[in-house]
Amino acid sequence: MKFAVVVFPGTSGEGDCIHVLKGLLGHEVTILSHKETSLGDAQCVILPGGASYGDYLRPGALAKSTPIMEPIRKFAQADGLVLGVGNGFQVLLEAGLLPGAMLPNQSLRFIARPQLLCVENTNIPFTKLYQKGQLINMPIAHGAGNYYLDPEGLLELEGNGQIVFRYADKTGEIGDNPNGSVGNIAGITNPRGNVLGMMPHPERSTEEVLGSTDGLALFQGIVEVLERGKA
Amino acid sequence: MWKAEVQVTLKDVVFDPQGNAVERQLDELGYKGVQKVRIGKYIEVLFDVKTRAEAESQLDEICKRVLVNQVLEHYSYQLVEVL
Repeated sequence: MKFAVVVFPGTSGEGDCIHVLKGLLGHEVTILSHKETSLGDAQCVILPGGASYGDYLRPGALAKSTPIMEPIRKFAQADGLVLGVGNGFQVLLEAGLLPGAMLPNQSLRFIARPQLLCVENTNIPFTKLYQKGQLINMPIAHGAGNYYLDPEGLLELEGNGQIVFRYADKTGEIGDNPNGSVGNIAGITNPRGNVLGMMPHPERSTEEVLGSTDGLALFQGIVEVLERGKA
Repeated sequence: MWKAEVQVTLKDVVFDPQGNAVERQLDELGYKGVQKVRIGKYIEVLFDVKTRAEAESQLDEICKRVLVNQVLEHYSYQLVEVL
């Protein structure tokens, strides 16, 4: 399968994504600069973590109007698979590919720690290999992961099943909110389920040495769907 | 030339963690009259154009496209002619 990983000035998470996709899973990966105007023959586009443009103005605010975002927008509209992790999620929000916006963490601190999540929606390619209600462990590392959406928008999101991951505690209850996010939201999708944005890092939880392998199934789910589409 | 002075503020319904921290500090310092603190941004944009109308038409688009996230924020501005 052919993956594209997008790099804006300041992006730093591309190496982790390439390691997982190419190193662990053996797929082709192309790095795309923010100046590119085409995605080539990529079958899935990943916007990795790391403060693009130094988080100037707002996280993702300057990345959203770079040339690469136009083909990404078209690709998403044509049901192409787009994954945004950390800052990549913030870029997707700023670009309007996903609803809502990010505020600074309520504690005003940068938080880097392992985090339990509850998988809420397993009907999309990214989560098809998880069980609904499954508790998974992935690291978070962000200063602005405090997701905000107005109450009407939130109801719509719930109604459409667009909430994919929520922050959870050990008992499986929806709790242990690390950043103040409304509804404990850690990741959301668009109504068609082909664009996923999430603050936790699946690419950093793919090998035992990292403390968790729970993120690997997310990438394997993408591969399964792409392979089925090709057949 | 025209100078735009743009104020960007969080919508009232959006919790402002920074403003809240400052508010609590002011309370600890004994400023009992302080009821609320909200922190926003002040942005200057200098336009090399002849008329107010030219500056204004660009400014409004710039605010909506880049300077302001309308999910969270409101904006207002003044345009002043500078020589």
